[in-house]
Formats: sequence, C-alpha cells, structure tokens
Amino acid sequence: MSETMLSDAPRPETERPPESAGKSFWSRLGRIFLRQREASILVVAILLVIYFQISSSNFLTPFNILTLFEFISATAIIAAGEVMLLICGEIDISVGQVFALAPFIMYLVNQAGFSLWVGIIVGLLFSSVVGLVNGIFTVWFKIPSLITTLGTLFLLNGITLTLSMGEPVLVPSEGLVNQVMGVNPYSEILWAIGVVVVVQVILSFTRWGKHTVATGGNLHGASEAGVNVSRIKMGNFMLASVLAGLAGILEAFRITSISPLAGGTTIMFAAVAGAVIGGTALSGGIGTVVGALLGVVALSILNDGFTLLGVSAYTYDMILGVAILIAMMLNVRLRIWREAGRQ
Amino acid sequence: MTEVTPPVEIQDVIRTKHLVKRFGAVTALRDVSMHLVRGEVLGLVGDNGAGKSTLIKILTGFMQPDGGEIFVNGEEAKLRSVSYARSLGIETVYQDLALVNELSVYHNMFLNRELLRFPLPFLDNRKMREQARDHLMKMGVNIPSVEVEVARLSGGQRQAIAIARAVYTDAKILLLDEPLAAMGAKEGVLILELIHNLKAMGEVSMVMIAHNYSQVLETCDRVNLLQHGAITFDKPAAETSLDELNELVMREYRAGTTKTPTKS
Repeated sequence: MSETMLSDAPRPETERPPESAGKSFWSRLGRIFLRQREASILVVAILLVIYFQISSSNFLTPFNILTLFEFISATAIIAAGEVMLLICGEIDISVGQVFALAPFIMYLVNQAGFSLWVGIIVGLLFSSVVGLVNGIFTVWFKIPSLITTLGTLFLLNGITLTLSMGEPVLVPSEGLVNQVMGVNPYSEILWAIGVVVVVQVILSFTRWGKHTVATGGNLHGASEAGVNVSRIKMGNFMLASVLAGLAGILEAFRITSISPLAGGTTIMFAAVAGAVIGGTALSGGIGTVVGALLGVVALSILNDGFTLLGVSAYTYDMILGVAILIAMMLNVRLRIWREAGRQ
Repeated sequence: MTEVTPPVEIQDVIRTKHLVKRFGAVTALRDVSMHLVRGEVLGLVGDNGAGKSTLIKILTGFMQPDGGEIFVNGEEAKLRSVSYARSLGIETVYQDLALVNELSVYHNMFLNRELLRFPLPFLDNRKMREQARDHLMKMGVNIPSVEVEVARLSGGQRQAIAIARAVYTDAKILLLDEPLAAMGAKEGVLILELIHNLKAMGEVSMVMIAHNYSQVLETCDRVNLLQHGAITFDKPAAETSLDELNELVMREYRAGTTKTPTKS
C-alpha cells in the first residue's frame, strides 16, 4: 500500500528525517536533563555549602546545621503539598495563613479542656476544611485558584487576628506531645523528611499521583479517560492545607509560642519558590516533591549562609528573585525541548 | 442524486434511520440513514460542512439528534451521553487530544485503569509495562519504548497509541475523526497500517472520516458520501474509483447549489 499512499498523501512530508540518531540523541539528552533536574539542584546546594564553609568556618557546625534544619523544615512540609497542587494545575497562596491559624485552633481546643493531641487533630481537620473550601470555590464555581486562595488568605488572616486578639500565646506543655511535635531539636526535620517521602511516594507510585499528573497535564484528556479531576483537585487542595496546618503546629511546638503573625506570605512564597526552583512547572503536569525539598534546601542554605556572612536580607531577596527567574527560564526551555522531541 | 436505502443486515453494529440535526435555522443533518457492518471499515467522505463531524458527535453521544433513530447492535439506543455511548462500546478517537504528554506510554494506556499490587495501593508498573508492550506489539504499533513520555513521540505514534488505548478499553466501534489530518505521509502510513491490523484482528468496526479519497479507497471496505446532510452514495470500495468519487463531488459544485454550507 505504501507506494501509492506516499505519492497521494495530501500533505507534503514535513516531519523530521526518518527515525534517526538525531531524535534519539535529543530525547536521550532531554531525559537525562529531566532526570538530573533534582541532581543539578543538589549540586548547587553542595556548592553553596562549600562556599559558605570556606567563607565562614561556622557554617558546618552542629549548631548552625540545626539552624539550617529550622529554616528548611516548615517550608519543605508546605512545599510538599504545594507541589501536588501545582502539578494538578492549581495553586494555593493561603497556606501561610493556615500555617498561622492551625496552632491557634489547637490552642483554643486545648484551653477548652481537651488534650493537646485532640487540639492537633482538630487543628488539622480545620485545615482540611479550609482546603475543601478552596477546592469547592475553584472547582465548582470555576474561580481561578489564585483568586480563591487570595480570598481565603485575607479571611484566615482576619480570623487569626480576631481569635488571638493580636497577641501571641504560649504552647501548653504536656511532655511527650511537645517532644514528638517539635521541642526535640531533630523532630521537625524528621517530620519534614517523613512528609516529603510519603508525598513523593503518593506522587510516583499511586493512582492518585498519576491522576494528579494527568489532571494538570491534560485536564480534558484526563476527564475523558474517566479520571475524576474535581476530586483530584479538591483532594490536593486539602492535602496542601493540612500540610500547611501541620507545619504551623510543628513550628509552634518548636518555638513554644504561637504568633498570629507567623508564616504568612513569606513562608508561602518560600515554599512556592522552592518548588519552582526544584523543577515544578506552574502550568501543571510536571514536578517532584524531592525536587521541591532540594529547592527549599538550596534557598535555606543561601538564607542561612548570608546571615552568617552578615549579608543583608535585601541582598538575599535579590538573589532569590534571580534564582526564580533562572529556574523559570529553565522550565520554559525544558518545555520547548520536550515539544521539540516530538515535532 | 440517488438516495440510498441500505439493505437490511443483521450484522450491523450501528444503523441510523433518518437522522436529523438542526442548529437554529441551519440543518446540519437532513436525513442520514447509514449503517456499519461488524468488522468493517467504513469511509465517510464529504465536503466541509456536509455534516460528517455532526454525525460523529451524535454517534459518540456528544449531541442528540432532533429526529431519527439509532440502533446499536440491532437495538434502538438513545445515545444520551459520551459515557453511555462508551458503555455500548462506541469510542471516538480525536487526534492528539486524549493523551497526557507528561505520562509514559504505558501509564497513558492504563490511565484510570491502573493495575495495583493488591492489597497494597501501589501501582504495578511492571505488569502494566508488560501488558502495554504486548498489546502494542499485537497491534503492530512500533514505538521505541513504552516507558518514554508521550511528549517525545511523533503525532502519528501518539495517534496510534490513542487508538490502541481505545481498543484496549474494550471499544468495539471506533469513530476516527480525520485520523490522518496534520500528519506527514510516513505518519499516515503508520495509522493506516494500524487500521489494517485492527481489521485483520476482526474485533472492532470503524468509521473513518477522511479527506483523501485514495487513502479511503485503499483502507476502507465501503465508502459513504455525505452531501448536504444526507448520505448520497454508498458502495463497496472495490466497486468505486477515485474518478467516480471526484465526479460525484464535482457534480455537486457544477449544480451550483445555493444551499448554505453548515458548520462542520
């Protein structure tokens, strides 16, 4: 059939030359680059460590490493949830306010006479309800998630300030709970690592993870295949909120007080920046939790190192800005290369 | 113009009788009576605006007709939704739209039907890989590896995978809406070979919309010509020719018909 077919084809042959070394070379290079996205951030992080260790011998001291863990932990936990949302094509900018409110809920429940464990659970349940509300507004009422969560950002901030009357409170002490949740200097980073591992496993090895990628990669195609994209989005909104609430509670236990001004947009942007630098595409479909962790680690090293060197926070912001721009440029290039792989 | 009444045939997987579809003042389908025999490939040709896409959308459950009847496997069916039509085994493969670029070939093949390692909730990637590989090999779809992301495949390969997936999800009646559009010759051959293989396997029946008559004559068992919302020509591909098809269409132009072309 091929002879006539070829000559009668309606369109001239415009595709690339026959299955050639060129294509497989590019696709292989692309794959390597994609795989090494995490590795390259790891390299950046290690180079930063070496640089700061040389510049200030205080960098690799047990005390400073603990400080570094403090920088990393809460942000990495938030980033893990945010990555799942970004992959399914949405974003939550209210996570910093959930971070601030959840420990207050825990505190109030405790003040009402329940144990701290109950308080933690109620705080997390409350966080999941916030995520559900975000999901409902975004999915059912078709409001872009940026706008939905901008709304909940202010709403939650107002609630936090009202409940706390603008004053910080002390975390009650119950012994074991406090140790597990953050008084022990290593507990928060262990929580962070645990969360990252669990969420990465969900993303890579479960239906939920594949459906999250499918939802963000091809919304229409995924729902045509029968994937319940609304459920995926709502679930990931809830996951992001719960993890933000968990991060807030852990942070409260670590510093033993609960501030109505904790978290906020600063920690939210740090988490999103970490995710983006770690290879997550804001357009959906692409990203890894481990990458986000490494992105957060790199940013934290930068932040901590600059503090040690006495570089001003303003400079840090400038570098963060440039880092985000470079990361986004790489993401766009990657997309183009991916497209090039097929045409 | 000869109105064709298809002969009674028990082997019909789809039969429509006097389908009508209007969009406001515009009549997209005037009177469409067609049928699809089990295991055959029916080529549906016709000018832009003749109503081909409207017909496909009705058969896939996306639109409901304003009049007429549809029989699926001999029983009258109201194709009220895409998922209902799918439950009857009818599946439309639109070019390129169905796959998730960011997922591997085998994850696309198993999208929403993933195999799990019971009792654990984890994906059984090995099993899915093997089954996807076997299935594609059986259908003669050649791709470098089932593990590559779909983004890295060519348009033809992706189309082939979309078709293979539809067959794998137990589609018995495939509606191919211009499977060769925007595709180079080599890519087109890939798809036509896949259609040949499917026909040889004999498990599916297909309706293929195409613009290129010689491809239709080469690939299809039977050709239907849709003109101004009605089937005006129905012959086995072996009994017609490129000249005859061209002549029919040219006659339509020469008649200087004043009918407004409808949206396709």
